[in-house]
Amino acid sequence: MVEKSIHEINRRIKDGSVNVVTAEEMVGIVAEFGAEGAAKEVDVVTTGTFGAMCSSGVWVNLGHSEPPIKMQNVWFNDVEAYTGLAAVDAYIGATQLSETRGMDYGGAHVIEDLLRGKSVDVHATAYGTDCYPRKQLDTTITLDDINQAVMMNPRNGYQKYNVATNSSNRTLHTYMGALLPDFGNATYSAAGVLSPISNDPNYETIGTGTRIFLGGAQGYITGEGTQHDPGNGFGTIMVQGDLKKMNPDYVRAAILRGYGTSLYLGIGVPIPIINEKVAQATAVSDADISTAILDYAVESRARPKLGQVTYEELKSGTIDINGKEVPTSSMSSFKVARKIAGELKDWIKRGEFFVNMPIDRLPLDSSVKPMLQTQETPLVGDIMSDDVVTIKQDASVHEAAKKILESAFNHLPVVSNTNSIVGIVTAWDISKAVAEDRYDLVEDIMTKKTITAVPGESIDVAAYRLDLNRISAMPIVDKDNQVIGIITSDDISKLLARRC
Amino acid sequence: MKIKINVATDIVVKPIIAEVIIETGTLLNISQAHIDSTKGEITADVPEDYFSKFKDALTSRGAEVSVLDKPILRDEDECVECGACVSVCPVKVFTFGEDWSVNLDEEKCIQCGTCIEMCPHGALTLEH
Repeated sequence: MVEKSIHEINRRIKDGSVNVVTAEEMVGIVAEFGAEGAAKEVDVVTTGTFGAMCSSGVWVNLGHSEPPIKMQNVWFNDVEAYTGLAAVDAYIGATQLSETRGMDYGGAHVIEDLLRGKSVDVHATAYGTDCYPRKQLDTTITLDDINQAVMMNPRNGYQKYNVATNSSNRTLHTYMGALLPDFGNATYSAAGVLSPISNDPNYETIGTGTRIFLGGAQGYITGEGTQHDPGNGFGTIMVQGDLKKMNPDYVRAAILRGYGTSLYLGIGVPIPIINEKVAQATAVSDADISTAILDYAVESRARPKLGQVTYEELKSGTIDINGKEVPTSSMSSFKVARKIAGELKDWIKRGEFFVNMPIDRLPLDSSVKPMLQTQETPLVGDIMSDDVVTIKQDASVHEAAKKILESAFNHLPVVSNTNSIVGIVTAWDISKAVAEDRYDLVEDIMTKKTITAVPGESIDVAAYRLDLNRISAMPIVDKDNQVIGIITSDDISKLLARRC
Repeated sequence: MKIKINVATDIVVKPIIAEVIIETGTLLNISQAHIDSTKGEITADVPEDYFSKFKDALTSRGAEVSVLDKPILRDEDECVECGACVSVCPVKVFTFGEDWSVNLDEEKCIQCGTCIEMCPHGALTLEH
């Protein structure tokens, strides 16, 4: 049984005799020499990951103004930061969007701009107090001008992540990138073989207080990350580091179109090989780490699982989804993850970075709860009008006009002889037909591509679909495509007005 | 070779592309065409031997023809080589190298623009 103390490893780091390898290199070493042999040979295994880490941000302290202000609201380059604390502290969150540039600029960009030494405009407002009389402030600062800039991220370094794909017939814009229609692609994230937590899934050495590579500087793990879910292989870490010491190569603002901004952040965690059990864990390979393929077309937190794949399969470039060969894209950079594991290895070899045991272990038994919702979310079926008036596809435009007038609905779902939905016709379609002197059949003037909803869907999802398609009503259909009701944006507005 | 054809407002209604194809016998392979009442912009492939007579015939009809040397441009400073672009490209312009670098085969690009939207770091642009 091989046992090594942290002091022994740090002594070797100090005298330069330490043997450090990356988690990728360790796979072959354990395969060749076994866990015992590897534990004898190797002192530290380095890991690395570089990808979108949305739950990231930076605490800044601006120093006091003259006369002093207790910032009630503050904006950095028009991106609002959180100020519910003492006078001149603020938290810049990576995904907060600019109030003037929208999704083209966000908190992550403010963070990167600060790190790159660029000037950032600060605008603050306050209510004024005896001790902080000032009510408004405008200034321009750089990273050097402020007291502290501490990156403190509540959830980083996911052990692994779900694979995202899309069964629907439209492109989805998600935090996992663009998902093309009809399983046109699948996207994944995390570094697989180099993933920090995957190399120590029992948290033998990774814990509160672990010194790590964070954004190119030394940082620390401060505890379990939010939504830490070790039982299901979705462990996360909370981290802290000094932005002023970081390297912009590893702190990069990103825009995920249609979702918002995020921060690509580099994290590397060293794993001191204190025994052969730890050595064995670091032998994990891409083939050993598997994750679920989820259908992001389903607008629910419980997205259907379409299969299970390994990182080896994902990295091969295509995966099999229901018999279809689907190309994959990585949203995180394996090349940069490798660079981070390599850089951390160099720091340790050069005696610039020492390893430590955590002061507290991370929980192994915590799990993630869904939100407790005390107000029931209404369903489409609860508010739809079920006295919907439909029209047959072979009816005349004149008949349609009469029906609209009699029913006071502006939209008529068009049905076939078997009552299945085949289209929709609106008062506007009829006006247009009349204006053009076209007295055709309803099927000639109707919109054939009908956007529909089902009764069991949440109102919020239906409202989003109306918005997305810029329409004001949707027929409600049952599983056989029979029209059973209609929902309009008016129905939804009335409901929302009641809710407020 | 990859070319771009620009057609101005006054001639956008005329079938000049068809005329030139018939006249020169060029096997034009159109990959992108954006045409509305104000202008037309077409990206296409022409066999190299046919390029000069194809260009002359189109130019004499008032269109502009330019060669797209690099249909897609990458800002090396912005690119983090994640590979987000890999799966959305319909013609496999992007591939991973042995060292997980993202390689570009520019010649394949048909300028559909899907990767431009996908890139989290705004590293890709189309040549115009």
